[in-house]
Amino acid sequence: MSETIEKSIEKVKERSEPLFSPKNKRLITDPLNENNPITIQVLGICSALAITVQVKQAVFMGLSVLVVLMAGNFLISSLRNLIPSRIRIIVQLVVVATLVTLVDLVLKAFVPEVSEKLSVFVGLIITNCIIMGRFEAFAMANKKWPSVLDAVGNGLGYAVILVVVAVVREIFGSGKFWGYEIIGSVSEGTGAYAMGYMNNNLMILPPMALITVGVIIWIQRARNKNLLEG
Amino acid sequence: MAVNKEGQGYTFLFAAIMVIVTGASLAMVSLELKPDIKKNEADKKMMDILGSINVQDATRENAAALFSEYVKERMVLDVNGEVVSTMDGAVDPQNTIDPFNIDVQKEYKQKISKLVQAYKNDRKVLLEKVEAETIQYPLFRCEKDGKEYFVVPMVGTGLWGPIWGYVSLEKDMKTVFGASFDHKTETPGLGAEIKEEMFEGQFEGKSIYDPSNAYVSIDVVKGGAPDGDMSGVDAITGGTITSNGVDEMLYRTLAIYDVYFKKMRNNE
Repeated sequence: MSETIEKSIEKVKERSEPLFSPKNKRLITDPLNENNPITIQVLGICSALAITVQVKQAVFMGLSVLVVLMAGNFLISSLRNLIPSRIRIIVQLVVVATLVTLVDLVLKAFVPEVSEKLSVFVGLIITNCIIMGRFEAFAMANKKWPSVLDAVGNGLGYAVILVVVAVVREIFGSGKFWGYEIIGSVSEGTGAYAMGYMNNNLMILPPMALITVGVIIWIQRARNKNLLEG
Repeated sequence: MAVNKEGQGYTFLFAAIMVIVTGASLAMVSLELKPDIKKNEADKKMMDILGSINVQDATRENAAALFSEYVKERMVLDVNGEVVSTMDGAVDPQNTIDPFNIDVQKEYKQKISKLVQAYKNDRKVLLEKVEAETIQYPLFRCEKDGKEYFVVPMVGTGLWGPIWGYVSLEKDMKTVFGASFDHKTETPGLGAEIKEEMFEGQFEGKSIYDPSNAYVSIDVVKGGAPDGDMSGVDAITGGTITSNGVDEMLYRTLAIYDVYFKKMRNNE
C-alpha cells in the first residue's frame, strides 16, 4: 500500500518537474563538455575524420546526425514500452536506417553538391556508434522529453567538434572558410599568397583530423581537471 | 486483455507492423522527392558533358541553359553506326526517348558488365560479345567557339564500383578535345584521381587512331606513356585497377562509335 502511494507521489513529482530542470539541463550541457561523444567517449570518430575538410560539409553532417538522433531518440522513447526486448536492437537499427535514408533523400533533393561531397558518409550515419549508443543507453529507459534533450546534447556535442576541426582544417588546408577565399586567392597569387604563404596540404589529409581532435582533447583535459585519469 | 510482450506472436506482429510502416513512409518520401533528385542528377550530367568540351563555368543553376547553348544535337546510334534517332532543343527529363535520358550506366550494368568480367583478357572476343547486345549509344554534337565537337558517354568498372566519363572529339573525329571522368567509390588519393585535372588533362590532343588510321583507342599506360605517344596517357600510380578500368572503358566504347566515325569520314 505504502509503495503505491510512494509511486504516485513520485509520478506527481515527475509530472511537475519543470521542462528545463537542472537535471534536464545537464542532459544538454554534459555531452557538450564533460561527456562529449567524440573527445571523451571517442565515438563516431570515423566520420569526424572523413568529412571535416570543409566547414560546409561538417555543418551538414552535424545537422544530419542531430536530426537523426533527435527523431530516433523520440521514436524509440515513445515505443520503449512496446518494443519486444528480444528484437530491440533490430528495431533500433530499422529506426536509424529509415531516418538516415530520409535524410539522404532530402539532402539529394535540396543540397545536391553537399550530398555529393558527403557521399557514403551519410549512409554511414547508420553505423555511427553515437546513435545506437544513445538509443540503447538512454532512449530505451527514459521519457520522451529527456530523450530529446539527450539527443540535442549529444548531437550538438558531435557537431561542435566536427565544425571546430573543419574550421581549422579548411583555413590552414585550403585557405578558405565556407568555400570563400579569406586570405587571398591561390590561383591568382593575391593576399597572403603574394607574400609567399602556402597552404598546408597535410591539413587536408585524414591524419590531421585525428591530430586536431587530439589537440582538442588535450586542451579540454588541461582546462577541466576532473577529466584527468588517475 | 493482457498482451504477452515477450511472446513470439507479439514479436512477429511488431516486426511486421514496423516493416510496413517504415517501408510505406520511405516509399512515399522517395516518390515525393524523385523529381527534384532527377533534376539534380540531370544537371550534374549536363555539367559533366560541358566539362568534357572544356566549358568550366557550368554550375547547377545555369547547366540547362549552357547545355542548350552548346549542345546542338543529341543522337542515338546503334551498334552498326546508324543514327537511330536525333533530337535538339531543350532537354525534357520526362521524355524517355530523348538521347540525353538514356541511362548508359543502367544498360552497362544490365548487359555489359558481366561480359567485361568474363572476357576481360580478350578484347576482341569481348567486343564481339558487346556488339551482339542491343543497347543504345548516345552521341552529343556540340558547337563551341564556331567549332564542332562530339561527346561520347562511357561507363566501365573500376576497383570498387562503377566509373564513367565523357570524351569529346574534335570535328575530325580522331583527336580528343577533352575528357571528364568520375567514379562512385574509388580509393581517395589513388584511383579517385581519375577525376582530377592532372589525369583528365592528359587526353587533350591525343588521337584514337594510329598514323596508319587504324583504331587504337587511348591507352592508359602503367609506368607512363612514352614521350610523343599520340595515343597513350599515363596511368595513376597505385591506382592500377582503376586505370585499367578506364583503359578498358575507352577501348570498348570508342570501338563502337568508331563505326559511325568511319562512315561519317567516308561521306565527306
